[in-house]
Amino acid sequence: MPPILEVKNLVTKFHAIDGVVNAVNGVSFTLEEGETLAIVGESGSGKSVSMMSILGLLPSPPAKVESGQAIFHSEKGAVDLLKLPYEEMSNMRGGRIGFIFQDPGTSLNPILTVGEQITESLTRHLGLDSQQARRRAVDLLAVVGIPDPELRFSAYPFQLSGGMRQRVMIAIAVACSPSMVIADEPTTALDVTIQAQIVSLFKDLRKKMGVSTIWITHDLGLVAGLADRVLVMYAGKVMESAPVDDLYENPQHPYTVGLLGALPRLDTDEERRLVSIEGAPPDSTIPIQHCPFAWRCTRVFERCWQEVPALLDVEKNHQASCFAVRGRGG
Amino acid sequence: MESTPLIRVQDLTKHFYIPSGFFGRSNIVVKAVDGVSFNIQAGETLGMVGESGCGKSTTGRAVLQLHKPTSGKVFFDGRELTALRHEELRLLRTRFQMVFQDPYASLNPRHSVGAIIAEPLVIHGIMSGNELQDRVTELLELVGLNPAYRNRFPHEFSGGQRQRIMIARALSVKPDFIVCDEPISALDVSIQAQVVNLLQELQEKLGVAYLFIAHDLSMVKHISHRVAVMYLGKVVELAGRNEIFDNPIHPYTQSLTSAVPIPNPKLERRRQRIILKGEPPSPANPPSGCVFHPRCPIAEKICKMEAPEFSEIQPGHFTACHLAHTQIENKIVKDAPIY
Repeated sequence: MPPILEVKNLVTKFHAIDGVVNAVNGVSFTLEEGETLAIVGESGSGKSVSMMSILGLLPSPPAKVESGQAIFHSEKGAVDLLKLPYEEMSNMRGGRIGFIFQDPGTSLNPILTVGEQITESLTRHLGLDSQQARRRAVDLLAVVGIPDPELRFSAYPFQLSGGMRQRVMIAIAVACSPSMVIADEPTTALDVTIQAQIVSLFKDLRKKMGVSTIWITHDLGLVAGLADRVLVMYAGKVMESAPVDDLYENPQHPYTVGLLGALPRLDTDEERRLVSIEGAPPDSTIPIQHCPFAWRCTRVFERCWQEVPALLDVEKNHQASCFAVRGRGG
Repeated sequence: MESTPLIRVQDLTKHFYIPSGFFGRSNIVVKAVDGVSFNIQAGETLGMVGESGCGKSTTGRAVLQLHKPTSGKVFFDGRELTALRHEELRLLRTRFQMVFQDPYASLNPRHSVGAIIAEPLVIHGIMSGNELQDRVTELLELVGLNPAYRNRFPHEFSGGQRQRIMIARALSVKPDFIVCDEPISALDVSIQAQVVNLLQELQEKLGVAYLFIAHDLSMVKHISHRVAVMYLGKVVELAGRNEIFDNPIHPYTQSLTSAVPIPNPKLERRRQRIILKGEPPSPANPPSGCVFHPRCPIAEKICKMEAPEFSEIQPGHFTACHLAHTQIENKIVKDAPIY
């Protein structure tokens, strides 16, 4: 079976008045059927911009997808999302591809009821009439665990709490039974007990619907219980890609090692200092000419300052962009 | 009781009145903090956790008298802050300081970093001239910033560096106590670790006590000696850092700790979560009896009727739960391992 999504060498830049921001610098990955892929990175690492590029949601100008491919496989065959005309892409979004954004406060339309926002995609993509759409929308609200779905159908977003709004976002995302859902920090704005509710709902739906998912987050704790495979991004590049168990037990890239060491752990009583990664991420207006992590790396050597390391296998199913990991000859 | 605590908070409440009704003739009372008591020893870190709106930040501000408490008492080093006159309080403020959450909003963009750090010393008339400049240099070095940066402005710094500037400003007057209100929430993981390590080093070096307010339980466990858990304006449980996370007694603490993701995939797959139903009620209209009862998985009749007392259930372990003793006897805690 072919993967559901293949992204190859994606490059996205922002052409601002005072310079070019190199947001995504050659990102490649694949999403397998039924898989949950987590994309982890700190602010400015390009994780959201990569996904927005694939969905065609970046305003252009200033943003421009400079190169790359995003091959999406569906029943109708393979298409390159980056080359799709506007109208076809609109049909794709909310139809075959669902998405959930971070802030449910600003990503729902404040002047439309929750019901109108769900039925909108049902009538558009599935061609349901208003009665059918209403029935399905109420069902969907019930599925995502909203109490009194009949009543909430007519509620406006401001009448719902953050957790409830995120449930509505999820209902919209899965309304047309998509084959792929992209979730961009869907629980970051929520409290930890509400996050646990949303994550458990999400896992349920994933099991029931068998949907393939990309989950963007900065929370390495959350990823551990959620993902099948993890992509670690830094400065617009993929630093490491590995199955979830492998990444936590056997991290290869010094950046991943540092990130894991920087996390405090609830499961240990041991008192230790956190590993801190000195310095800060590089300025994205300067094009990458060597390893972008070299400034902050503990294992840096001459070659790291001379070329950009490619993402290569270090083990089976496990890739890293690092010269030090491959040994000096590699 | 050990030595006299540096901070003693007794039954602190802070209510906010929101005008409502016709021409604002009636008021809605928001009980942001509703009867909170705790101590902090010199050189100790008390962590304070809870979800948004539980009153943890208001508590921090009310302790420092940035919000005038509605009732209750706060003692600092034996002196009752709540009874002091304005000028007396102002003089005492050199001994307690605050670090705020947002390193972007809490530094004046038109002041140089040197001026920001020197300001408390100038306001309190502690230093001037060369002495002041030397102290600024010393403070910048103390928080790991290059003293040559003193003439730069806040916008030239990253979030982590701004938080260092804020810590340097708080430390300038050599306080005994700092309230850190979500000091790392706005920062990335790798930068969080830098700031937390700095706070710990400074405590070892200077013996300063912290009230560390945060919603990240793992980080609170990491940095604190003792931890208080707040829910809807009340402290529901308070104990040593390992005790409270390994043997939580209050059902809210249990569900809170079980909801925190742990960066270990194998452990995560095995974990049993206690997932709470619903969301926290509004502090403007809190439930009767125990404020947690509508969401509590083990609530009984009494929980609806009476508010539980906050009491010491085991040495050093305080909780406000009617069923605390049954909880311990049944070893519910052991039967449902949190991790």
